[in-house]
Amino acid sequence: MPYFGSEETVKELKRALSNPNVHADRLRYKNYISKVIRYMTQGLDVSALFMDMVKASATVDIAQKKLVYLYMCTYASDKPDLALLAINTLRKDCADPNPMVRGLALRNMCNFRMPGMTEYIEQPIVAGLRDKASYVRRVAVLGCAKMHSLQPNTDIGRAKYSVYLNYYTLRDPSLCVLNCFRLNTGLMSDFVFSCVFSFRMKDLDSWAQSEVLTFLLRYRPRSDDQLFDILSLLDSFLQSAHAHVTVATLRLFLQLASAHPAVQADALLRTSAPLLATCGAASRELRFAGLCHVQQVMRSQPGLFGTHYKRFFCGYSEPTYIKFRKMEILVELVNDENVSLVLEELRSYCTDVSPELAQAAIAAIGRIARTYSEKCLDILTGLLALKQDHITSAVIQTFRDLVWFCPQSTAAVCQTVEACVDSPQDSEGKQALLWLLGEHGDQISSAPYVMEGYIDGLKTELSSAVKMELLTASVKMFLCRPAETQDMLGRLLHYCIEEESDVCVRDRALLCYRLLQRGVEETRKVVTGPKSDPSMSVLTGRQEEPISQWTATFNTLGPLSGRDLCPQTAVISAADQPSSSAEKELLPDDTDEEISLSLGSPLSHETFEKMWLDLEILHRQTLGSPRPRTAPDTLQAALQLVKIQTLAFTPGDTVPWKAYIYTRSTGTLILAELLQGDQQAPGSDESLVVSVKQQPVNQHAIRGFVSILKSVLQTLNVDSS
Amino acid sequence: MISQIFILSTKGDHLIYKDFRGEESKDSINGFYEMVTALSGDQPPVVMSYKGLHFIHARQGGLYWVASTKTNPSPFTIIEFLNRLAALTKDYCGSLSEKSVRMNFALIYELLDEMVDFGYIQTTSTDILKNFIQTEAVSSKPFSLFDLSNVGLFGAETQQSKVAPSVAASRPIMSSRGEQGGKNEIFVDVIERLSVVIGSKGVLMKADIQGEIRIKCFLPTCSEMRIGLNEELSIGKSQLKGYSSAVRVDECRFHQAVKLDEFDTFRILKVCPSQGEQTVMQYQLCDELPCAPPFQLFPSVEKDYVNRVLIFLKLRCDLPPKSTALNVSITVPVPKGSTSMSQELSSPDQTAELQPKNKALLWEIPRFPGGAQLSALFKVDVPGLSSASLLEVGPVSMSFELPKQTCTGLQIRFLRLSPTQTGLSQRWVRYVTHSDSYTIRI
Repeated sequence: MPYFGSEETVKELKRALSNPNVHADRLRYKNYISKVIRYMTQGLDVSALFMDMVKASATVDIAQKKLVYLYMCTYASDKPDLALLAINTLRKDCADPNPMVRGLALRNMCNFRMPGMTEYIEQPIVAGLRDKASYVRRVAVLGCAKMHSLQPNTDIGRAKYSVYLNYYTLRDPSLCVLNCFRLNTGLMSDFVFSCVFSFRMKDLDSWAQSEVLTFLLRYRPRSDDQLFDILSLLDSFLQSAHAHVTVATLRLFLQLASAHPAVQADALLRTSAPLLATCGAASRELRFAGLCHVQQVMRSQPGLFGTHYKRFFCGYSEPTYIKFRKMEILVELVNDENVSLVLEELRSYCTDVSPELAQAAIAAIGRIARTYSEKCLDILTGLLALKQDHITSAVIQTFRDLVWFCPQSTAAVCQTVEACVDSPQDSEGKQALLWLLGEHGDQISSAPYVMEGYIDGLKTELSSAVKMELLTASVKMFLCRPAETQDMLGRLLHYCIEEESDVCVRDRALLCYRLLQRGVEETRKVVTGPKSDPSMSVLTGRQEEPISQWTATFNTLGPLSGRDLCPQTAVISAADQPSSSAEKELLPDDTDEEISLSLGSPLSHETFEKMWLDLEILHRQTLGSPRPRTAPDTLQAALQLVKIQTLAFTPGDTVPWKAYIYTRSTGTLILAELLQGDQQAPGSDESLVVSVKQQPVNQHAIRGFVSILKSVLQTLNVDSS
Repeated sequence: MISQIFILSTKGDHLIYKDFRGEESKDSINGFYEMVTALSGDQPPVVMSYKGLHFIHARQGGLYWVASTKTNPSPFTIIEFLNRLAALTKDYCGSLSEKSVRMNFALIYELLDEMVDFGYIQTTSTDILKNFIQTEAVSSKPFSLFDLSNVGLFGAETQQSKVAPSVAASRPIMSSRGEQGGKNEIFVDVIERLSVVIGSKGVLMKADIQGEIRIKCFLPTCSEMRIGLNEELSIGKSQLKGYSSAVRVDECRFHQAVKLDEFDTFRILKVCPSQGEQTVMQYQLCDELPCAPPFQLFPSVEKDYVNRVLIFLKLRCDLPPKSTALNVSITVPVPKGSTSMSQELSSPDQTAELQPKNKALLWEIPRFPGGAQLSALFKVDVPGLSSASLLEVGPVSMSFELPKQTCTGLQIRFLRLSPTQTGLSQRWVRYVTHSDSYTIRI
């Protein structure tokens, strides 16, 4: 947020901070420092005061130190040269007798995000790891992680630290250990496993518990016995007082016991009560998260919450987005016993002050009508009497969908539409009404006259979608009731062809006109399709999905944001994914999952070359098939088909033969080189060798890419031979 | 992993901003604010994505508490953490408002610094945090004469001081050096939230009670405390003790620090409360109300003249005669297009107004004694009224507060601090029932 006179403020602060009188008065000095932080928070650039703030860090007042450190961490990356001045003070603090000061200094020093910082922090971190206060050790362990993120290829880590980590895991209280986990997710799996259970889960705080549980998701038990050992150890956490622990445990159960449906069902049953409790939590956000997850569970076990349908009645003061979710759930929970109560409840939302909510409630009743049409039609008909535009429109749209999915209700709907005096005003509603009139004109006696009203008012109609619907509907009407419709259809076509400015409408009119010229029977063949599609309702009706369908997104942001975000494993940043070999052991092998390649924007030769030189080779593999003996163009085209772009290749039969190709996949760019060595040279065969470089790293994508490449080459070889 | 945490006021002012991982620039705050204000009512705001960054936020005390992350963490963890952060802020600053956050920003930065490091949640326990927090809270409470009303004449103990003032618990927990700091108080609150739907014929259609026992402790150190609940408390549908009027809850969950070895036989919870507020027990009761619903409504809606609706409401409070409901407000939806209203209320302290924007009328009763019956007549002018419009009147929703009252009947029999506790400490037990949602169909 820009502030007027901001420069003035900074100057004033600078003057005050360098005033010796202010320095003498500790309280006043601190007040000015707080003022600086306040401006910093508000978004004012106070980096000009860096020097003065560095001076202020030399104090015994810890509260003041904290403020100054906060300032320094914020601006260190902007002023690396000045920040170096502060390092001496910080390093001195790292040796302070007070462990709080030591920890504070170490933490903040590691937070300076500037290049070259590692050489200053390495020594304090190593000292911190050996510190006698667990607070400092805790900070130091995370310091390693910070350093690793500053300089990913730094050598300080792995081997050296794993010794410390081993040591501290055995003797340190939970906090420190947990930070070790965060740092070193690549520890040997059995080692981790024994660690998790060597310190008792119950002694951890709830945050740590859910973190350990999330961490365990990567673990693959060696045997069923081990699996059940884990599950029985964690059993009590299904009933934890903290929703986040319960849900994390549930996810772990679902994922680990994927081969044991009975265990999964039991876990779901036992967590249904805590999940329901979160749906009624005092915090709205928690409520929403609970509802979204209940919806996920219902995808596999629709009956689980059946008896608790009243818990999903909307509260008066709840925000609309929660009410929407609750209505979606209610629709799924309807059965013979509760249908009248649920409908009564939904009926009371239809007159809500918010039009969106009212329309959603009407649509929900429409969904229920596919099974319980009679009761719902009564309610919907009653709503038409309210004569409110948004309600009428929503009801008519619901009727249209209902007739389409459930043809046995057609007669009742037509009767109602006939009796309905006022017509919807918005274009969605108009289209729905016109569709109904056109499709079922034979059952609505007043249909031609209603339609005539629309044709007469055509000049004032703005929406072209309505006009097109009107054209189709009139033609359909003409087919079943020609005598009443002929005249107005003529007028409509004339207007639309001669005077209409919208091209789409005019084309549709011309199409109708030419169709009619071909004769009535021809037209009937083209225009009249099926009047309903009852098979659709089977499709839209819920089928029970297997639990594995959604466990990957359970307890992630996916269900809350309405779409599936990137899966959790793909987004672990470099700092947290230290050794890929150990990682592989922990992570489930998900090669069976398809990856999709895409071309994206083309790369220039220069860019490719630069990236090729910058990046390391991540993967090298012999493809097991020789270079296809086809024309270069064929190869290029074949690769293009599977979305792999060829950048360059050596001509003809030159040896060694090389080709450079690239492709994109889910946010990563894959570069590759195909190489066929000298056939005459000893120890080499005809087979192609592929070297892959990638940015950012995604092993999964590489595996997919290589397998696609292999299959293309094999196909080409088969073809050419 | 949390990338940033920030607190915004409703106007979008940056109150607190802390970056833990240096992954994102500060612009994301404005990105968040633009997105959250641009959402329409039916779009869920809890999780939003902006240029690969996910925002998760909670509204507390009229402020946005936002965490941003680049990973895909558990939403429950982040939301509960944000709620916990807000609760801690309330503990440390006394109250939760834009003003108190502004005044105590240094304290909140200090808290955040200890709670989260490099995006990982370190601790949220006051027992650990209190060792590291140096800044004193600045209380935003203005001096009020009401504070003096508790002091008896000539320093004598008056009857009044037997009742804790309602604001007594809203002060910072850490004012150890302050003049108030000597007060070693401990508050145990039993809070229930009631959500009820009453059908058109006065039939109870849905009744849920969500309850919790909350301890707010101002003692710097506290040894074990024993909380005795009703002995006849039974848990679950099957477990019924005797034939007397048992107090029953469907299920309950406890804070992990609660020791339950005497719970099964004597219904005693043993806990060592740490400073600040914590929920020791949560319980719920579904589809059942042990007492009569606190309010019954007898409405009649008629069409009077051509364009006028007569709404006659008779409201009876079924609480025991000694108790009172406070801040009762009744919202009655009225037909669309209502222009004006005339009213007949039974006493002058009640108010009623028509809110055409919400197409509702709001009737407010500040105090409603148990056993009483109040009635009101509203004449609402609606141009172009049809008989179908009467369907738009209803359902009526109510909000209220029942002090000294629990609907489940859960009571705290005793509250004992172990004898080793030195120094005088005052113990308060308070009961309150809030209406989460109380709907009466017409």
